[in-house]
Amino acid sequence: MMAQDSLLRLRDLKLYFRTTKGTVQAVDGVRFSLGHNEAVVVIGESGCGKSSLAKAVLRLLPRNVETYEGEVFLNGTDVMQLDEEAFRKQVRWVKMSLVPQAAMNALNPVLRVGDQVAEPMMVHYDVGKEEALAQAQRMFEHVGVPLDFMQRYAFELSGGMRQRVAIAMSLVTAPALIILDEPTSALDVLTQANIMNMLKRIKDEMETSFILITHDIATSSELADKVAVMYAGQIVEVSDAFQFFTEPLHPYSQKLMASVPRLRADVEPEFITGQPPSLLGLKPGCRFAPRCPMRHDRCDQDPPVYEVDGREVRCWLYEGAGTRVAAEEVARA
Amino acid sequence: MDVVASSSSPVAADAARETMLSIKDLRVWFELRRWGFGHAGSVRAVDGVSFDLGYGEAIAVVGESGCGKSTLMKSILGLHLPTEGQIVFEGTNVAELGSRQMQWYRSHVGYVQQDPFGALPPFMMVSRILEEPLVINGVRDKVERQERIVQALEEVKLTPVDDFLNKFPHMLSGGQQQRIVIARAMILQPRLIVADEPVSMLDASIRVEILKLMRALQEAHDLAVIYITHDLSTVRYFSERIFVMYAGQIVEKARVDDLLANPSHPYTLALLAATSDPDPENALTFKDVPPGEPPSLVHPPAGCRFHPRCSHAIAGLCDAEEPPEFEISPHHTAACWLFK
Repeated sequence: MMAQDSLLRLRDLKLYFRTTKGTVQAVDGVRFSLGHNEAVVVIGESGCGKSSLAKAVLRLLPRNVETYEGEVFLNGTDVMQLDEEAFRKQVRWVKMSLVPQAAMNALNPVLRVGDQVAEPMMVHYDVGKEEALAQAQRMFEHVGVPLDFMQRYAFELSGGMRQRVAIAMSLVTAPALIILDEPTSALDVLTQANIMNMLKRIKDEMETSFILITHDIATSSELADKVAVMYAGQIVEVSDAFQFFTEPLHPYSQKLMASVPRLRADVEPEFITGQPPSLLGLKPGCRFAPRCPMRHDRCDQDPPVYEVDGREVRCWLYEGAGTRVAAEEVARA
Repeated sequence: MDVVASSSSPVAADAARETMLSIKDLRVWFELRRWGFGHAGSVRAVDGVSFDLGYGEAIAVVGESGCGKSTLMKSILGLHLPTEGQIVFEGTNVAELGSRQMQWYRSHVGYVQQDPFGALPPFMMVSRILEEPLVINGVRDKVERQERIVQALEEVKLTPVDDFLNKFPHMLSGGQQQRIVIARAMILQPRLIVADEPVSMLDASIRVEILKLMRALQEAHDLAVIYITHDLSTVRYFSERIFVMYAGQIVEKARVDDLLANPSHPYTLALLAATSDPDPENALTFKDVPPGEPPSLVHPPAGCRFHPRCSHAIAGLCDAEEPPEFEISPHHTAACWLFK
């Protein structure tokens, strides 16, 4: 697994925000890896910090950041060491791009959509408008939007079309990695299916890697090679997708899977009692313990991450089954 | 007062149940105005819907945005006047109600909205939010109101009740807010609840909790429920019959088990194909879904409205004549020429 995880490696990534109520530990020591042409899905419910994770990886920081540290290895280089300008010129939208939540509503209303998709090319690669538009055109073809739509304004497009335009914008500079934050949540089920089909095709055709952030477990199975489950600012499980969907390890993962209503199986879904903890004022110990059916005394201490059959779980239950993953790990190139 | 005529729909409510609500050839069109005066066409949001709903029956109306399900629901609530057709509740035509009678009607139909936070007034405490319907509907005795508020909170499992009475909506989680919305919808002891995407804005693990609560309440009080959603996977836990809507019309009606066992209309098949279960095999295949988008409701396609996206469309027929409802099996119909 190590040699293949060579595109992106996150180690102990932290992003804390300062608010009037205290410190929000939105991203609290996140660790996972991603290979080339691989899609990892970050599953979590609202308030788990997953959108903040996208911002942390791409260094899109608001002003009230209290802590921002950790290691973000992109192709072996720690991009956290780059200064702001170098990051902007070499990483953001060059090697990694983002389709933010509700991107379809964030399109510039006064620019034609073709121009918007061309813009990153002109900004990051210093090419002329014609060449940028030609590249934008190729992207429109990739995302399945008719070329005559390039002349239209955002308000003339449906939600699904606008989301495709936002995805085209993230693709136009041919980055190695695209982060998508809830790309299909606001869309109808048929449009959702069409967009997931499109993402699959792009993954094949352009060999892009994806980080797909979503709370929709069923849709996540459409693209996932790997699954990372996020709870209260931490990654509690990282697993190969096949293993995850058939046999999740962490109690939270198990409960999440059990809560998904299924169309094709006659299984009554269950719900998880209680609520996730607030990211303000987190207490020591396992954050899921208050809601965990398998809670025991050990859970009062922060559980370490154990490696079990190539998967990683943050849970005391796996103490005997796996090897403990060192808190600080030197990244292997 | 109108007398309930016999249902024009071939899918009648179960023989054991009496009909409570009867929708007949309902059309709700919204006029488009050009420059404030000229008529520029109409948005045919609901365009020929008929069905019967029995007492205590739970049905689901499934469709994507723009299919008319919200307009249908609002018409049932009396918030839109039908352009044509009838909505008949317990023998009374809703369109002919005066304002007093409309209040009577609205006390019998509860509404659970999609966005719990948007549905609750942010400046009112829970106790006042729940008291308001009682006051408006003339429950004069304060002690009685208090008792009913406590009862409503207990029914939606927000206990201890005292913890919630003095809270404002923003102090509650999404799930708790939605419980308040449900409590409010139920406090007048309605006979029918209309729930418009009641869980789509809640987290995955809470959705099931709220749906189960609603089902328990439905069974306990023998409530009729119209559950409007775009998420087919939740329908089987919540409803007995399902109506699939597309572009203002119902394209398939069936019992839930029949629909899942024998989906017939091509649009229903597309919806089912598009709905994923969490299955790792999904990543290996492409979904077989039709391209394109739902049609304009101002200028819907001639004939069957789904024909431009349908891989089974019969040229000359599907693009020319609107299909009637054909019976596939008892209580299962589809509006599709393939079943002629």
